[in-house]
Amino acid sequence: MAVLHTVNKSPFERNALESCLRLAKAGSSILLFEDGVVGAMQNTRFSERIAQAMHDFSFYVLGPDIKARGLGGDKIIDGIQVVDYNDFVDLTTAHDTVQSWL
Amino acid sequence: MPLEVNGKSFETDEEGYLANLSDWQPELANAMAEADGAELGENHWEVINFLRSYYEEYQIAPAVRVLTKAIGKKLGKDKGNSKYLYELFPYGPAKQACKYAGLPKPTGCV
Amino acid sequence: MENGEGVVKKFCYINRKAPYGTIYALESLEVVLIAAAFDQDISLVFADDGVYQLTKGQDTEGIGMKNFSKTYTALGDYDIKKVYVEKESLEERGLSADDLQALKYEDEDDDWAEKDSLFIVGRNDLATIIDEQDVILSF
Repeated sequence: MAVLHTVNKSPFERNALESCLRLAKAGSSILLFEDGVVGAMQNTRFSERIAQAMHDFSFYVLGPDIKARGLGGDKIIDGIQVVDYNDFVDLTTAHDTVQSWL
Repeated sequence: MPLEVNGKSFETDEEGYLANLSDWQPELANAMAEADGAELGENHWEVINFLRSYYEEYQIAPAVRVLTKAIGKKLGKDKGNSKYLYELFPYGPAKQACKYAGLPKPTGCV
Repeated sequence: MENGEGVVKKFCYINRKAPYGTIYALESLEVVLIAAAFDQDISLVFADDGVYQLTKGQDTEGIGMKNFSKTYTALGDYDIKKVYVEKESLEERGLSADDLQALKYEDEDDDWAEKDSLFIVGRNDLATIIDEQDVILSF
């Protein structure tokens, strides 16, 4: 499988997610973790952009990072899959390469 | 230097504070006090137990000023003063009592 | 302003980073707790991603870090009574006051009545608050 893109920065603070969306090829997977989980939240300035991008990409978000920040399940954009650390590893091995947008 | 209690060894830092909060048990407090040449009575335990519950709730060891005020509110005005607490813990209420309670050294305590 | 023991200055801590991903939030909190011993006039400001520091229901077990969000609720014990959260930063993130922890202090001069110490303020008011400070520390 193609490329797994990971984003660990908040879109409010850095342009990592923006660059990722701009340069990832349709069909790629995008995993949001650490402060990057903020990008998976509903009703933010970025939510609509993400919802649109879901036509092109599979989105994942790391559950433990969501919970740590008190950002519960009902706040996540529909269609983004919540994964745990084991899934993170599986995603990494299931893709040919990983690009980290630091 | 590790602390030996009931045949078990517990890791401490260079100042004698317990390395792992979850290792704590009352016998450890007694052993630490004994090493300091002190014996723990009911009044000591009141403070130690208070510190443990404060840490549980707020994830910090309170500063002396905060401890004094809170003890006064919880255990009565006669106990909520630094004279009372220093008599119980002559090395400093926050420092010594926190150590016995298995907490890290209070933030801001040099 | 002299109070007999020294000059009281207005200190303001501005917090703009989400917790856990970087060390800023925790470092700021530690400095605040230490500085609280010096009896200054302290305000905390949470803006931009800093508002995520105050969300309720944080559970850090899964990431193996200390849940220091509980410590914010002890700020009242340290006589920190002015915590300002920028309204626009919350809105931009789909958050509201209901998503934040309650922060209270006990008023010594009012029979220890519990009072709110968290205030949600618009950006114009926040600009004024920042403008009135003697010392500003940024995190």
